Order: sequence, then C-alpha cells, then structure tokens
Amino acid sequence: MSAVYARRAVVNIVALALSGLATLIGLVFLVWILWITAQNGLEALKPTLFTKITAYADQGGLANAMVGSLIMDLMALLICAPIGVLAGTYLAEYASGSRLGASIRFLNDILLSAPSIVLGLFVYVIVVIPTTELTDGRITFSGFAGSVALALIGLPVIVRTTDEMLQLVPGTLREAALSLGIPQWKLTMQVLMRAALSGILTGVLLALARLAGETAPLLFTAFGNNFMTAHPLDKMASMPVTIYQYTNDPNPALHAIAWAGALLITLFVLALSLLTRIMFSRKKVSYE
Amino acid sequence: MSALSAEPIPRDTEHRSRTDARHDLIFRLALRFCALLVLAALLGAALSTLWGGRDVLFHDGLHFLLSSDWNPVENQFGALAPIVGTLVTSLIALILAVPVSFGIALFLTEIAPRWMRGPVGAAIELLAAIPSIIYGMWGLFVFVPFMSTYVEPWLSDYFGDASPSGGVQAVRLVIGTLILLIPTLPMFYGALHRWLHGMALTATALVLAISLSGALSYVLMFSVLPNLFNGPPLGLGLLTAGIVLAVMILPFISSVMREVFQTVPARLKESSYALGSTTWEVVWDIVLPYTRSAVIGGIFLGLGRALGETMAVTFVLGNSYNLTASLLMPGTSISSSIANEFNEAVGLHRSALIALGFLLFVVTFIVLLIARLMLRQLARKEGR
Repeated sequence: MSAVYARRAVVNIVALALSGLATLIGLVFLVWILWITAQNGLEALKPTLFTKITAYADQGGLANAMVGSLIMDLMALLICAPIGVLAGTYLAEYASGSRLGASIRFLNDILLSAPSIVLGLFVYVIVVIPTTELTDGRITFSGFAGSVALALIGLPVIVRTTDEMLQLVPGTLREAALSLGIPQWKLTMQVLMRAALSGILTGVLLALARLAGETAPLLFTAFGNNFMTAHPLDKMASMPVTIYQYTNDPNPALHAIAWAGALLITLFVLALSLLTRIMFSRKKVSYE
Repeated sequence: MSALSAEPIPRDTEHRSRTDARHDLIFRLALRFCALLVLAALLGAALSTLWGGRDVLFHDGLHFLLSSDWNPVENQFGALAPIVGTLVTSLIALILAVPVSFGIALFLTEIAPRWMRGPVGAAIELLAAIPSIIYGMWGLFVFVPFMSTYVEPWLSDYFGDASPSGGVQAVRLVIGTLILLIPTLPMFYGALHRWLHGMALTATALVLAISLSGALSYVLMFSVLPNLFNGPPLGLGLLTAGIVLAVMILPFISSVMREVFQTVPARLKESSYALGSTTWEVVWDIVLPYTRSAVIGGIFLGLGRALGETMAVTFVLGNSYNLTASLLMPGTSISSSIANEFNEAVGLHRSALIALGFLLFVVTFIVLLIARLMLRQLARKEGR
C-alpha cells in the first residue's frame, strides 16, 4: 500500500514543482521584455526625440508622432467615452433582465477581444473610402479615421466597466432617490453617475491604456505623416505606427529611435494600468 | 389658506410628471441608441469587410480558400498560406500557453503563500498590458536571434534530420521514449506493481504498453518531427511566432483559470483534503471538473486573441507565402498579410486582403462566441 502513497506523493510534488516553474516562465518573459525595452530605450533617449519631427529620419525625433498620438487618443476618448458610458448605463439601469440587454452585454464582451486589425479595415471601408470619394481624393487617410478606429477599441472597455460599476452602487440609493419623486434620468445622471464616478473614470483610463498601444487599426486609417500636423483631416503620424515603420527599416539608427518610442509608450501604458489597478482595488474595498 | 395653496400643487405635479415622463423617455431612447451602437460596430465590421472583399469572395469563392497561389502581379489570390499560418501559429501558442497558464493558475490559487498571490498575479497580468508592438520588437530584435542561435540549431540537429547519425538516433529514441513514458508512467507503475505480485494478465498489458509507446515514439521521432523541424535555423518562422503568441495569450488564459478556480466552493475542496487527497488530486479531480466549461472558455478566449493578433507576429513570421510542413520556415498569417501589404495594394489585391479580414473576423467571432458561452455556464451555476 505504501507504494501507492509514495507514487501519489511523487506525482503531487512533481505537479506542484511544474506549476511553480510555469509561474517562473511567465515572470521571466515579463522581466525579459521589460528589461530589453528599458535598456534599449534608455540608451536611445535624447531631448531631440521631443523636439524634432520624423521627417529628419535618423537625425530627427518623434515630436509629430507624439502630437499625433495625443490628438488621436484624445479624440478617440471623446468619441467612445460618452457613447460607452451611456451604453453601459443602459445595460446596468434599463436593461437588467431584458433580452436585448443580455445580448448586447454578451456581444460587447466579444467586441472586447475582436481582432483590432479588422476594426481598422472596418473604418477604412466606412470612413476612408467615402471621404476619398466625396473629396476626389483630397482627403484620404486622416487622423479622424484613426481616432474612430481607436474609439472602437476603447468602446467595449468603457461599456463594460460602466455597467459593472453602476451595478456596484447599492440599490437603496436608487430607492431613496426615487422615493423623493425624482425622475429616473435625474437619478441616473445626478445620483448614480456621481456614486460610480471614480469607477467610470477608471474605465476611461483603462480604455486609454488599451488604445494608446494599438498599431494595427491605425495602419490604414491614420496612415502616418512625416510632418507635424494637428488637423484631424490630415494623414497623421502616431507613436505605434512610427515604431512599426522604423522597426521595419534596415537603418539601425531608426531602430534606436523606435526603441526610445517603445519605452515611452510602454511606460505610459504600464503607468495607466497600474493607476487603474490601484483605483480598482480601492473601489472594491469601499463597496464590500 | 390651506385650500388655496393646496389647489395649484396637484396641477403643477401633474405637469411636472408629464415633462419628467417625456424626459425619461428621451433619455431612455438615447441610452438605448448608444447601446445599439455596440451591436452596430460588430455588425458593421462584418458587413463592411464582406462588402469590401466581395470581388474576391463572390467571384473566386472556394478557389480563394483552397489555393495557395498568392500572386498580386498576376491577380492570383489563394489564401491558403495565410489561413494555414494563422491556424498553425495559434495552435502552437495554445499547446504552449495552456499548460503554462494552468500551472500559473494552480500556483496562484493553491500553492503560493498568500502574500505572494497578489503581486505575482498582477505581474502576470502586466504581460497583457504590454502593447503588442513591443512584443513584435522584442520578438524581432531579441527573440529571433535567440531562437536562431540557441533553440533552432538544436531542434534541427536532433529532430530535423531525416536520416541522422547513430548518436543522434540514440538520443532521439531516448527522448521520444521519455516523452511518451511521462503520461503513461502511472500505468506502467501499476502494471509493474501487479506483475510483481504475480498477476500475469497485466504483464501482457505492460508489454503491450511498452511496445505501443515504443512504436509511437519511433513514428514521432523519425517521421513527424523531422518534417516539423526541418530547415535552416533562421529564427524567423511559424515556431517563433507561435511562441511569442503563447507569451501574449498566457495572461488571458491564466487569469480566467485563476478567477474560476477561486469560485470552487471551499467545502468541496476541504472534503477532498479531509479524505486524504494531495493538492494535485484536489486540483485535478475536484477543481478542474467543477470549472471545466469555464476553463475551456478561457482557452477559447486565448485562441481568439491568438488568431487576431497582428503586430507581434508580423515581425517574426518572415512574410512568405510558401507552404511548408516545417515550423522553422518563414510563413505568413491573415493579419500579418493585411498589415504588410494593405497600403501597397490596389484593386483586386486590396479586395483580397479585405476578404481575408472578413474571414478572420468570422472565425474569431465564432471562437469568441464559444468562449463566452462556455464562460457563462459557470456564472449560471453560481446563480449569478
């Protein structure tokens, strides 16, 4: 009988050791990627990155890409935040138990992990082709098209967090407000939204963290631009697309600039997701 | 006094409640419109790519799916190579990422001391926050050279040669037998144990199992692997792309597994421990069966990610339309074909790329649909 026990003990120890090894593998890759990005990025970091534009190639910087990314990310948020918050409010407050609500919630989760390159193609077909045809080719790829594509990436994130955050608001708050005779839209906008405000903001930041690093949807919507522009109907440069182009280039001096950009964008995204993580954890504590 | 002041109030509230009702209706409709935009986004993505790819999808039809001849110069568009590339890289990613994710989830829910769970779990989830372009750069500049200097020469030396020297042959047989022994080890052990106690019938089972695993390892080592690992150690290729994808989807699968493992009622686990189960037995026989559907859902979620991932694989695939059995050779995938060629494509070529996008969308939609349905089953079980 002891042989059976010994075997079970051995199997157990081997399995547990392997699971520890698996965790180690995951951590090794995380540290490896971050280390490489930090090392190469810090080496290439220099002030001209922020002052010169990409038209100077390896003598230049990333100023226009930074401005372009900033503009498109903010425009994307301006598009997807109101829509996402309202849609999430609908799911949480008006559609609980309804079939439509359940299926929208379900499909929103699918949109959350839909391939971003297809969303880029979608925007190419519905925005870039029509503007090209309407203006006889004067306006083709544009920063606006890019931000619509990014908005599609951010939308499901905001819908989901808003939905979840509003559901965390205690029902007694709704009952108390309604018993005072307040109409439901006022209840939603002035009581529930305020109660869930920090959660909803977290969702917006989370969406920003996701769309700031996206490259694929921008390739054929915003395209890229070697010059500084702030006009939303111009072709617009962005950090991820510039990094992509520089990485594909054989010139190692451009690789260095790409690494510097990669470091900046990674720092931005990781800082945002750490911030949201801190906000989220505080949120959970205060409601439980 | 009271009669005077009491009279206008009901009229006023009636008026107010009517405007309130109207505002409520408008508000409600506005909200519903926004929610429907989510549906419109999905539907629009499907319809617009179908429309954009119509020239190729409706005219070439099956030829588009089954031909591997992709030649933009002669307007020949057979998408077999990118389709196969997408499927193969995603399959490699799953084969590698599922056991590792399971290990991570197991470690973080059952083994790690409590203080370690939060930080380590957060670190693993950070892998999901790193933008995919960073994976691509790291893949191209660091991981590709790593593969071509350390991993791939070794793979093609020991496994890739169809008619190897005697020494390599011996190494291969030993490794092959070991690989097949690990899953059948408990069986061997049981058979051996009974055989030693004089039960003759299981002795034949032992002999049968050994010869079967020997034959299987021979086929694996001398016929399957030489085809898979045949080729120069370029670093670029399907295997490298699969590994990079595996790292990318690992946090998604492991966080779903971790979350659902925590939903297993403590008394189920405690009963099992009380009966003398080991940690591994509790996880394998109690936790995993209880969460089976959600675990499969998590795996499909990872698959959906892997299928649609663009930037990480574009750099490391090598962009080649040659179909080979070897995983060490460059290939292409649906998403990387689109990313690489779209801006230079015109006419039918562009239509073919949009058609590829439609195909990718439909496949990932189905995979993600299955994932979400599987995940929902567990939520139902919990009564959520």
